[in-house]
Amino acid sequence: MAGVKEIRTQIESIQSTRKITKAMEMVAAAKMRRAKERMNASRPYADKMHEVVSHVASGHLEYQHSFTQQRENVKRVGYIVISSDRGLCGGLNTNLFKQAYQSIADWREKDVEVDIAVFGNKAISAFKKYGLVAEKGNLGDRPAMDDLIGTIKVMLDAYRDGKIDRLFLVENQFINSMTQKPRVTQLIPVVASTDEKLSHHWDYIYEPESKEVIDALMQRYIESLIYQGIVENIACEMSARMVAMKASTDNAGKIIDELKLVYNRVRQAAITQEISEIVAGAAAVS
Amino acid sequence: MSSSTKLNVVSAEEELFCGDIEKVVAPGMMGDLGILPGHTQLITTLRSGELRYIMADEDKTEVSLFVAGGILEVQPHLISVLADTALRAEDLDAERANNAMQRAKDALQGKDPKDLNYEALQTELDAAKAQIEMIHRIGKNR
Repeated sequence: MAGVKEIRTQIESIQSTRKITKAMEMVAAAKMRRAKERMNASRPYADKMHEVVSHVASGHLEYQHSFTQQRENVKRVGYIVISSDRGLCGGLNTNLFKQAYQSIADWREKDVEVDIAVFGNKAISAFKKYGLVAEKGNLGDRPAMDDLIGTIKVMLDAYRDGKIDRLFLVENQFINSMTQKPRVTQLIPVVASTDEKLSHHWDYIYEPESKEVIDALMQRYIESLIYQGIVENIACEMSARMVAMKASTDNAGKIIDELKLVYNRVRQAAITQEISEIVAGAAAVS
Repeated sequence: MSSSTKLNVVSAEEELFCGDIEKVVAPGMMGDLGILPGHTQLITTLRSGELRYIMADEDKTEVSLFVAGGILEVQPHLISVLADTALRAEDLDAERANNAMQRAKDALQGKDPKDLNYEALQTELDAAKAQIEMIHRIGKNR
């Protein structure tokens, strides 16, 4: 049985770990609230954008943007993976990467090559071995649109130039504070639901030119989807971290309780032994 | 023709307005557009400027917003404004707009023309100018 002193140092070290996890839990909880607010604030824009794009998809437009056209022969596809910058957030990133690997492996099986662009430090290190076409780490808690545009542009240009025939986004979906779900969605060609009410033949009046307006719209649409994905991922990260840290705080408490029990038992055993030694010694003298 | 239609104004940061209106005047890329309910489908990019609308309520309140860049989509039953940035008139700040304009001007003059993003700076400058203009205009009305 371990000595009394060893057990005491062990308890102390676990106690300080518990302090840290407790602090991280509280920080994550506070950050999650703000991240959720930001996620909800930018959601109307993304929803509205989706609505307008679905109007565009259901009209008979003179100019068909390349993002709306399906390419039959898929030779190479692009993936954008959004992860967190930091770890200690449970299985959030691992589950996401698993989904991404699976999806990428499916394409590889069909002899389709895959280009990957990533956001977040964790994804950079996870996908480095695949060779990244673009990466952006250190996003922080409040990513700005300007930081993202470069990486997005690489992928959009690749699609425009015909280097890739499809573009997918791998992201975490925020269901509630306890549940986050990884999902893979197709960004390009745009999958937009068509509006039944608008099925008759019509076209827009454009100002200035149809090409310019639709180009601007599509660019913003994809950017808003990715931005929304990143903001959502931060909310996911914070809530996953909160849950993970809460679990480890609880676990630390449990281990401390167990160790305390052992500690007391060892201490008691030592005392008992000492007493019986003294008693035995006294008996021998008299 | 219905006398009111739905208007929805959103920016990347928030939803600014959603409700019934009688008329909207928007700063389109090719000039201001006045849109009444039942307008045919139209889509345009926006420049920086004032977006005004008259609400379809009892007193026909007129509301002003500042928008900088974005897209306006009109459907007969619905008007959507997707602004890059949007501010409520009461949130406009003359000092901040002046500072922004000064910064943009400095950047346009001071730097090496090669590593300058003219387009972005010009947009910034226009936005600041439009804000200041709007502040003056509203100031007069008050």
